[in-house]
Amino acid sequence: MGCAMSETVSPTPIRQDSLRTEEMLINMGPQHPSTHGVLRLVVRTDGEMVREAWPHLGYLHRCFEKVAESVTYAQVVPYTDRLDYLASMNNAQAFCLGVEKLGRIEVPERASALRVMVAELNRIASHLVAFGSFAMDLGAVTPFLYAFRERELIISILEKISGGRLLYHYPRIGGVARDLTPGLDQEIRDFLKQMRRVWPEYNALLSENQIFVKRTANVGTVTREQAIAWGLTGPCLRGSGVKFDLRKAQPYSGYEKYDFEIPVGEGAKGTVGDCWDRYWVRMVEMMESCRIIEQALDGLPEGPIQSKVAKVLRLPLGEVYVPCENPRGELGFFIVSDGKTQALRIKARGPSFNNLSITHTVCQDVLIADVVAILGSIDIVLGEVDR
Amino acid sequence: MQDAIQQIHSGVFGLLWPEMLRLPTWLVLTAGFVVGGALVLVWMALMALAWTYGERRIAGFIQVRYGPNRVGPLGLLQPVADGIKCFSKEDTVPTVAYKFMYTLAPLLVFLGAMLPFAALPFSQRLVLADMPLGLYYVLAFEAIEVIGILMAGWAPGSKWSLYGGMRLAAQLLSYEIPMGLCALVIILLSGSLNLGEIVTWQSQNAWGLEHPWVLGWAIFRSPVTFIAFVIFFVAGLAASKRAPFDLPEAESELVAGYHTEYSGLRFSFFFMAEYTAMYVVCALSAVLFLGGWYGPVPMPDVAPDSSLAARWVELVGLQGLQGDLSMMQKIVCAGRTLCEALFQGEGLRILASEAIGLFNLLLKAFGLYFVMIWVRWTLPRVRIDQVMYLCLKVLLPFSLVCLIWALIQVALF
Repeated sequence: MGCAMSETVSPTPIRQDSLRTEEMLINMGPQHPSTHGVLRLVVRTDGEMVREAWPHLGYLHRCFEKVAESVTYAQVVPYTDRLDYLASMNNAQAFCLGVEKLGRIEVPERASALRVMVAELNRIASHLVAFGSFAMDLGAVTPFLYAFRERELIISILEKISGGRLLYHYPRIGGVARDLTPGLDQEIRDFLKQMRRVWPEYNALLSENQIFVKRTANVGTVTREQAIAWGLTGPCLRGSGVKFDLRKAQPYSGYEKYDFEIPVGEGAKGTVGDCWDRYWVRMVEMMESCRIIEQALDGLPEGPIQSKVAKVLRLPLGEVYVPCENPRGELGFFIVSDGKTQALRIKARGPSFNNLSITHTVCQDVLIADVVAILGSIDIVLGEVDR
Repeated sequence: MQDAIQQIHSGVFGLLWPEMLRLPTWLVLTAGFVVGGALVLVWMALMALAWTYGERRIAGFIQVRYGPNRVGPLGLLQPVADGIKCFSKEDTVPTVAYKFMYTLAPLLVFLGAMLPFAALPFSQRLVLADMPLGLYYVLAFEAIEVIGILMAGWAPGSKWSLYGGMRLAAQLLSYEIPMGLCALVIILLSGSLNLGEIVTWQSQNAWGLEHPWVLGWAIFRSPVTFIAFVIFFVAGLAASKRAPFDLPEAESELVAGYHTEYSGLRFSFFFMAEYTAMYVVCALSAVLFLGGWYGPVPMPDVAPDSSLAARWVELVGLQGLQGDLSMMQKIVCAGRTLCEALFQGEGLRILASEAIGLFNLLLKAFGLYFVMIWVRWTLPRVRIDQVMYLCLKVLLPFSLVCLIWALIQVALF
């Protein structure tokens, strides 16, 4: 029978006796604990092996782009908050930068510095969620709660700045909404101190944990070429060893003034571009963001926080695209203006959507548990994938 | 049949009533089953209640949060509230389910968790049936659970359940092997399958001492037993499907594994079975490797054949219960003599000895239980291939080495 078997050209050899095995199609999601929202993966499995996984999107589609074209520019800003809801500050900043560039609106220096500060705070918060939920995907619940302990500090800082705890509507066209409240800079410094104190604890608990390393090293490897070809950005791109960060490559909001490093994946535990590398890039970025915040606080210039912007803003004819480095990668808004108060077209280029596109390539011939690990290491937010 | 009665008699019932042997066989057996089963059920319910609360509070402590603290003082009534919730939930059966198997599965799992208690001792005399093959019995009946969970994985017709069931079958069957081999090490060294005799072996003659106290515990007797204990406990973690080996119910991968489609009371059966299985593993580890009820608190010496009931019967005989007394007087006399038997002289010593033994055993078992919880809330989950690798390529060879070492030790010394 063994000879007969080898002559058949069936792609999946099927035993002819009663012990027949079959491939199985399973829906992973949209209601599944580790698809980070309402992502649906259709998974073709052979036992524990996943042969293919197709992501299906659209369960959280809220017509962002259509809505954005029917309201004024200032009214779009809160909508951008709701794209990647774990990084509202960064989203709003990206949109404001685009509008400001097209409308040639000057942003006061203090406002830029404040934007950088809140954006980096939000980056840490976002990476903390990524750290915690990645750990939870791998079965460790405790790091999630530790991460939320520190995230809570950031949230209460951002609440004091902006009034919101998740969706801030803080960066406005031409500046920011409010100035720092008294005593807040000390609170931010306390947070940085706390963050630097617990960061090694996180590593002791998770990053260096043998089981964690075994689960993530050499799993879901994305090569440098693949990462570039699929348009990955952010930690997913840098995890594959590409040293590209928009804060360095095309500095905005005065990032060129700050001294910080760009961590890249080096294959410290396995191969370059595996899940552990992507995870580690985020971990190091948290520390780098701490450095940026500290510098922004130290060199916070005095002055206004909002430039004069017309109540009814009409942008000149033209189009603009300003990319920003979000926690998850490049977020940019392509804005086409025909001179009216509303945009003719707004197209959001989001990192989660593009990063997710590599799922099908990576999730081939891996175990079910690896799919979860890969998804967690790509770190998507469905609000931004579906818009 | 007579053997069965003998075993029941030599257990906890014999402690109360040696005259049981003179009663009709069916009565003894039925009484043994009913009373024993009821006791086990009560213990299981208590364990599940206490440890759901305990686990959640410990988890809260580990995770810098409070844990349940709203229902009742310190949240102590939280498990009761959970229980009421489980009872009152709608009992759903998927339309595609195999109804019979779907219904049977949680009961089988529950049974598999319950049966080991027949031979699992709580103290020297506190054992339902003191079987000569006690260890074999416990290990064998623990494995019944696999059948139930395979059924639970298959019957609801859900693919995630199926994965859970299959994972568990693979995992449990592999981990039985190193577990059994490590138990074999103890069997070889102690020369008995009876759990009581294994503890007696641990209480005597080690390191040149007649009463070695904790040094007599199996894990301190030789390096091989220490390794065997570690392997036994790790395999036990896997066998009771606790983290990091909780793949069959891996929440982030398989939703809830084999009990995805179960709700309400049926789910609570699985839940109680899990907590009980954990206790069985912990208690068995304590009995086999940590001296059972022997040490750290020393037990008073009691003559091995002394029995509370014998003393009671003797007292009753002395004071003439058979005499011409009214019913009331008989009851009063019986009560008084029972008190005398329990709280005077030898009776008190037996009671104290059993209480200390129970304390010792629970101390160790609950200590291991705490370790299980601690591990669960600290470590990430391993992958299915890593589970198999760990079992078949790490634990199995090491336990074989332990076994061979023990064989040589027994043959030479």
